[in-house]
Amino acid sequence: MDARVLLIGVGNPDRGDDAAGLAVARELASQTLPHVAIHESPGDGAALLSAWQGFDVVVLVDAMPPNGHAGRIHRVDAVAQPLPADLFANSTHTFGVAQGIELARALGMLPRTLIIYGIEGREFTIGSPMSAEVRGAILQVTMAILAELRRKTSP
Amino acid sequence: MKPMKPASRKTIKVGYLARVEGEGGIFIRVSNGQVREVKLRIFEPPRFFEAFLRGRMYTEAPDITARICGICPVAYQMSAVHAMEAALGVRVEGQLRALRRLLYCGEWIESHILHIYMLHAPDFLGYPDAIRMAQDYPDVVKRGLELKKIGNAIIALLGGREVHPINVRVGGFYRVPTRRELAPLAEQLKWARDAALETVRWTATLPYADFNRDYTFVALRHPAEYPFNEGRIVSNRGLDITSDEYEQHFSEEHVDYSNALHSTLRGSGAYFVGPMARYSLNFDQLSPLAQEAARAAGLGSVCRNPFQSIIVRAIETLYACDEALRIIEAYEQPDAPSVECVPRSGTGTACTEAPRGLLYHRYRLDETGQILDAKIVPPTSQNQKIIEEDLTSFVTQSIALPEDELTSRCEQTVRNYDPCISCATHFLRLQIERE
Repeated sequence: MDARVLLIGVGNPDRGDDAAGLAVARELASQTLPHVAIHESPGDGAALLSAWQGFDVVVLVDAMPPNGHAGRIHRVDAVAQPLPADLFANSTHTFGVAQGIELARALGMLPRTLIIYGIEGREFTIGSPMSAEVRGAILQVTMAILAELRRKTSP
Repeated sequence: MKPMKPASRKTIKVGYLARVEGEGGIFIRVSNGQVREVKLRIFEPPRFFEAFLRGRMYTEAPDITARICGICPVAYQMSAVHAMEAALGVRVEGQLRALRRLLYCGEWIESHILHIYMLHAPDFLGYPDAIRMAQDYPDVVKRGLELKKIGNAIIALLGGREVHPINVRVGGFYRVPTRRELAPLAEQLKWARDAALETVRWTATLPYADFNRDYTFVALRHPAEYPFNEGRIVSNRGLDITSDEYEQHFSEEHVDYSNALHSTLRGSGAYFVGPMARYSLNFDQLSPLAQEAARAAGLGSVCRNPFQSIIVRAIETLYACDEALRIIEAYEQPDAPSVECVPRSGTGTACTEAPRGLLYHRYRLDETGQILDAKIVPPTSQNQKIIEEDLTSFVTQSIALPEDELTSRCEQTVRNYDPCISCATHFLRLQIERE
């Protein structure tokens, strides 16, 4: 039986690099992948738990605060290890992605597989365009997710 | 832990304030046992949405302003559409008006529940966060998550999507639901009403600081309903004005330590907006079930203890479930999803009741409907001075508490207001310093 797969793109479209997760989600949505649902989120951690209800495999993409290397890509297996809260503390919601994931862990509500892709950003000012480094990373993350989904959903 | 000695001089610093929406800080200086200085600091630059709106068409304002805040997009849309309709001389009545109230019910439910369960309750139960609380109270936290989901479902159905809803327009909606589409919501809301009642009972059992102040409450008041979208702006000190008179009575000022403007009521200074103000000025307009639950929870018709605001939010959540059910039961699909709007030059103002309190919008349009200028005053901006005053009073009466307890109580004092600093500006860091 096919795994039920959800791709969640997190971000704010009006804050430069913060839109990275949404950009990846839209890129993947344009490819009409079978058995993959796409969800866009502003980073409301509490809502993530209901968003992934019923899915076996969840891949979430979010921007990360600047940490010296804009466009750098991080991949975390969130079922195997807690998400470092400071890496994903970018949301204006203090109950954000990291908190939502840890709450799900505490309640036994994590999906079977939860992979997080983080893209380090540089520019988060309201109304600013996305930085060139993050724009470049979006294609890389999209390709990495496609490869990963092929592995996870192939029989 | 030993109680702190009343040092002759101390500055309290807490470098990080978690569980408020945004980024900011608090600074408190005490000397000779007296609080000398309290500053609510906001670090990030103010948000530029007012400038961003200039030159855009009146039709764009609901969607642009919805993006100011991920927690209360409906409030921004509602204040925007009402202000635009005032400028264009349009009234939206009947079922379209009722659907706007229903949409607002969804936002109150999801916003209040997020604050009650995920952000505020851990303070009362002695947990650093909801994650730790969930380990000991899994069923309570799951109830919160389910309730929040129903608020989100209302917004998704009426707003077109949960986040930054796009179905709202000046004059009404782009599309209205059928009765059949609303029916499943009614089933969920019946459960939610019971769960909200349980929430009121549960919040009433939490331990509260003994802390009451004689606030100037400001909220909308409508002769026939608990306020969401419409009403006169009233206070418990005799204020009774329309939104067109708002700027004659309220002023905003810069303070050197914060990037957000501080609001004052001319002649009386700091004032209080939000659930406790709404409740205290409109108790008689709550549904019988909500009034009964409030009395059973030990609240009178006025609440002056901000630590009990968690109960008031639960009561408003119960009211929102009750009101949403009433609206759905009485719903008849209107013939048209919106009323016609014709551009003309003019100025329009509106206040609506965001989950956190009064939200003022003013727009000036040219004859083509282009926005010449815009002014937005969010509730957190209005509550900043009251938060500072609460901190001054609270630290004064609690000065002998051990330092870490005083610090966490100060954080709780700020969270009593569910501050959404990402609307007022962008804020999260709380600092208290002792010397």
